[in-house]
Amino acid sequence: MSEHSQHHSKPAGEEPRWLDNPANVKKIVYALVAICALLFVADAFYHKHPYFAAESWFGFYAIYGFVMCVGLVLAAKLMRVFLMRDEDYYDNDR
Amino acid sequence: MIADLLFPMSPGILLALGGLLVPFIGARVARIYVLALPAVLLAYIFMLPDGSHGAISFLGFELELLRIDNLSRIFATIFMIAAILGNLYAWHEEDPVQRTAAQVYAGSAIAAALAGDMISLFVFWELTAISSVFLIWASGTDSAFRSGMRYLIIQVGSGVILLTGLIVHVNATGSIAFDHLGLDAPGAPLILLAFGIKCAFPLLHNWLQDAYAEATVTGTVVLSAFTTKLAVYTLARGFAGTEMLIWIGAAMTAFPIFYAVIENDLRRVLAYSLNNQLGFMVVGVGIGSELALNGTAAHAFCHILYKALLFMSMGAVLFRTGTCKGSELGGLYKTMPLTMIFCVVGAASISAFPLFSGFVSKSLIMSASGKEGYWFVWGVLLFASAGVFHHSGIKIPYFAFFAHDSGQRPKEAPVNMLLAMGAAAVLCVGIGVWPEPLYALLPYDVDYVPYTTSHVITQLQLLMFSALAFTVLMLTRIYPPELKSTNLDFDWVYRRLLPRQLLALGRAIDTGYVHVTNVGRTVIGAAISLSAEIFAPGGLYGRMVGTGNAVALVAILLLVALVVSYSAV
Repeated sequence: MSEHSQHHSKPAGEEPRWLDNPANVKKIVYALVAICALLFVADAFYHKHPYFAAESWFGFYAIYGFVMCVGLVLAAKLMRVFLMRDEDYYDNDR
Repeated sequence: MIADLLFPMSPGILLALGGLLVPFIGARVARIYVLALPAVLLAYIFMLPDGSHGAISFLGFELELLRIDNLSRIFATIFMIAAILGNLYAWHEEDPVQRTAAQVYAGSAIAAALAGDMISLFVFWELTAISSVFLIWASGTDSAFRSGMRYLIIQVGSGVILLTGLIVHVNATGSIAFDHLGLDAPGAPLILLAFGIKCAFPLLHNWLQDAYAEATVTGTVVLSAFTTKLAVYTLARGFAGTEMLIWIGAAMTAFPIFYAVIENDLRRVLAYSLNNQLGFMVVGVGIGSELALNGTAAHAFCHILYKALLFMSMGAVLFRTGTCKGSELGGLYKTMPLTMIFCVVGAASISAFPLFSGFVSKSLIMSASGKEGYWFVWGVLLFASAGVFHHSGIKIPYFAFFAHDSGQRPKEAPVNMLLAMGAAAVLCVGIGVWPEPLYALLPYDVDYVPYTTSHVITQLQLLMFSALAFTVLMLTRIYPPELKSTNLDFDWVYRRLLPRQLLALGRAIDTGYVHVTNVGRTVIGAAISLSAEIFAPGGLYGRMVGTGNAVALVAILLLVALVVSYSAV
């Protein structure tokens, strides 16, 4: 990730791994998207045992998982504005 | 006589007493000893018949040191397994203090879970606090010392509150038995508060993140297993079906995950997710149905294993690289592949992936909340399930082992650590694939099938779309980067706000005092200079009187006396 401030480098002469190639990382992302698509479509093919009405909506679990996680991250990011302090914030308390 | 009363003796007491021998036998023998002792005691737990044993009289009360029933047995069992795994993980450790502390701590937690009365519970409750703090202090740093102090104050404080509640309870009822109490029992609110502190209820939770991230590599693994799950056990025993706990538990599942997303120290991330998992168990206690209590016990069992596994993998990373900060890690899969795999197994288990342990235990609680119609709580738990995958399932392995290459090329973890992680991983997968033996251990009969098409697909949907959300946020660079930071949590109140306020109050008192003394000094100074003036030579009272005048005065007095005496004659 480019946001990280410190610079790291691979030891010289090291063989690149499969994951070091960005094209292969892209393959993993596509695989994930494909799995998600399959799981979403799968909702049409099995019988649900819902406790609540919402569970019967098409793709409820998928949408809930996605939306809630995005919300979680955005909310947490917002929390940083108020809650983030220096790493040694408590070190000077004595 | 005494032998008759004491035997069969509590496996917990035996482990704690056995642990006291560790300093006398040398590290080499001690390593094997601390594996063999809990292994034998684990077998012993299963040989003990149901019922109450080990009664002794104390100050007119009948203490019940060993109560075996379905609820206490499953907790004693998993505690003993955790002790074995923790000791294997710490095999390389030379420090006799930590090894002794770990046995006494584990033993007292087991003894507490097996105690049938509240006086014994209190004694072992405090002993867990006192023995475990050495695992924090053993880090040897100044911040670990201060963190340990805060931990000790809070833990012992919980015990004092428990004792107060116990005294109120005994005064009103005359009974020390530790059975179902409920909120209406005399002293119960205090007892619940004591349990709640150890269970890291919201706002009472910070000791957990504070201490577990400061303890030693091996100490954190041991710490993660006992204290909080002992609290879950006591809640399940004393407060099953207390509706308030449903809401407390739901809050516990949700709010720590926000912190986990932005926390940099990966052991603190795990501490926040430990907090979140406790929430599921507390919800189960609050619902209180047989299904829910089974879920609580099962989830505590699975949780101890996968959380220990996760702490072990992060401990191995810390052990090899000297840091556990997300901002300084990454790319470790290249040289620590086994640790990475074990970490992923732990991550899949806590995320409740099908075929992993969390799936077969968490779903009992989810189903219980659904069955009882708590739709809001169910929604929160579902959110928390997605969230825990997000930070424990993805963030932990991703930032430690993948992400950007930190350039670090540490050695793979030591063999004993790998063995401990491997054993925990096997148990996690084993329970996930074949849950029946675990279900057989649960407090009530189980009539539950976790692997239905509907359940597997909906859970996979939830998890994979959470992963998709993570990926999308990562690719769009919206995901908050790992930053060296401290995030303020409730402990800010007692680490910053209150000390600052008290300091300000102290300063105000100091200033006031200075003012008062200044005024006093001025008054006294004025008095002194005034009196100096008055009594000084030439002052009102200090003037000298001439000798001639004095003689004249005496002469006048004599004259008066002469006149008076003659006129009287």
